Amino acid sequence: MSAKKYLPVLWLLLIVVAVQLATSYSGKEFYLTQLTMTSYYCLLVIGLCMVMGYAGQISLGHAGFFAIGGYTSAALTTNNFASYSELTVMQLLNRYGCIITTEDMFGDTIINFHPWLAFAAAILLTTIIAFAIGIPVLKLKGHYLAMATLGFGVIIYRIVLASEALGEADGISEVPAFVLIKGLSVNGNMDDRVINYYIAWGILTIGALLLINLINSRTGRALRAIHASEEAASAMGINTARSKLYIFVISAVFAAVAGAMLTHYNGGIGPSEAGVMKSVRYVALVAIGGMANFWGALTMAATLNFLSLRGMFGSYDDAVFGAILILIMLFAPNGLFKLSPIKAIRQIINRDRR
Amino acid sequence: MSLELFSQYLFAGISYGIIYAIVAIGFNIIYNTTGVINFAQGEFLMLGGMIAITCNQFMPLPAAIILAVLLTMLIGAAIEMIFIRWLDNPSVLRVIIITIGISILIREVALHIWGENVRALPYFYGNEITSVNILGANVSPQIFFVIGLCSIIVIILSLFFHYTSTGMEMRACASNRRAATLCGINAKNMVTLSFMLSAGIGALAGAVMSPITYTQYDIGTGLAIKGFTVAIFGGLGNSFAAVVAGLLLGIIEAFSISVVPLAYQDAISIAILLLILFIRPHGILGSKDTASLKEF
Repeated sequence: MSAKKYLPVLWLLLIVVAVQLATSYSGKEFYLTQLTMTSYYCLLVIGLCMVMGYAGQISLGHAGFFAIGGYTSAALTTNNFASYSELTVMQLLNRYGCIITTEDMFGDTIINFHPWLAFAAAILLTTIIAFAIGIPVLKLKGHYLAMATLGFGVIIYRIVLASEALGEADGISEVPAFVLIKGLSVNGNMDDRVINYYIAWGILTIGALLLINLINSRTGRALRAIHASEEAASAMGINTARSKLYIFVISAVFAAVAGAMLTHYNGGIGPSEAGVMKSVRYVALVAIGGMANFWGALTMAATLNFLSLRGMFGSYDDAVFGAILILIMLFAPNGLFKLSPIKAIRQIINRDRR
Repeated sequence: MSLELFSQYLFAGISYGIIYAIVAIGFNIIYNTTGVINFAQGEFLMLGGMIAITCNQFMPLPAAIILAVLLTMLIGAAIEMIFIRWLDNPSVLRVIIITIGISILIREVALHIWGENVRALPYFYGNEITSVNILGANVSPQIFFVIGLCSIIVIILSLFFHYTSTGMEMRACASNRRAATLCGINAKNMVTLSFMLSAGIGALAGAVMSPITYTQYDIGTGLAIKGFTVAIFGGLGNSFAAVVAGLLLGIIEAFSISVVPLAYQDAISIAILLLILFIRPHGILGSKDTASLKEF
């Protein structure tokens, strides 16, 4: 393979740097906050794009994975585990520096887990759940798959909403900063805005590189064969179930990483992140970009998420996404970038003649 | 558990189960003629309830409900004509996403018309505290309206599908669309009709359940998921089975309150959905042999 497939990554990096410089010089650095959040949502969308576009499976439960990632990170780094400090496991973890002990204003000890440990736990948990859900769910097709993943999303939403440890309807707030290495942390401080912007888009770029490699690998070709015709792919000797499961778990992990990072960046997470509307929105973004169009999905996800986070759609936020979803599916089922008005008109004329 | 408590849970389960069954029947009608699940089915119930509540301010209750049903049927037909009719052999994924989009749009429009307020129709007979004592349980008379309505819908539907020419034409489209078209049946009109029919049934159910369960702009999604659970539970496309499955789910849900906290109630019924999908996607009453011909 030539290096040509990596060219768009270079473009992505150039645009990221250009946007940062433009906002800094024009004194509009506050845009960087939404742009950082946008990049985490984009990370989820490119993962989902693999499932929908390349493997041809719909998932209406990705907000659930996002929430598992975010909530696990938040709960482990924010809740007080002082009452468990006697356990051997806790003492072992403490010896390896995985536990942070602080004192509150009354002198009581507060024991939290280190964000890296929480992050690892979040990824591990997501992987296990994605496997457990993916094995039976991906045997289903069409409506059944859509409803099963939707059902999974609703269960996560209900659990989040009903669990005391997860803050019920209030969610978890005051989540501490995620110190990646000394001097580099994911947090929402004004002073760290620029560096956080680069961290976020850096993570997205790494994610994009991984997925591009995957698309052009043996697994990627297998996935596209599945999308075209599952029976044919199966007849060619592709293990369709394993390939689909593989990509489903990867995309779930992408969602969990996005959830964990955004939670540390925002300093909190609420049940609305697990809502059905969020999952639908991610599906809409993939559909708009063109199901099997990686860069299209990324571009549209970045643009629309940014506009939505800036509050451009006002109280019509959900309605705008619903309308876009319908319009795209009616007139450009292959995405906005594959839209060819002349061809569409010709089709309509031909249909009447038939 | 005392007898009073038992029958109280039982009747609560029955009344919710019947409502789920009606949603499932709505799914089945459209599925039977098009092979597609309409994710906006729950929104028809919400619309029926909301329109009836608004109309009830200007006219007596029966007239308001009839008007609500007619208006919702028109909306159902309009949705089918605008969004689905002219698509050339669309893929299932495409239609799913379109109906999801439609449900979002209906919900948002309802939010902007009626706001976030919880509303309800007045009770058809008596008021909130009127109750009938059966086996020690206090049951609202409204439940009998719900049960009666459901029985009437199921009976009329099965008569319609088996004895009227339009009903038989609709079934013909379901079993083989091309063959039906060759026999001179206008398949597209049958699809529009099925949308009208399921919108009307949904609206009627939405109006009758409104006094007990209340109506809010966002009740549709929850109802749709429960209704789909029931439709799958009984086996897609089978209305009698939907009633049995609906009652079962409603009763399981009602009794689950005595074991797990109320907040997890929805999670329980959806877990049941997932279990059925994994173990018996053709439903408890469906046959495995016919199921192997369908796509899951």
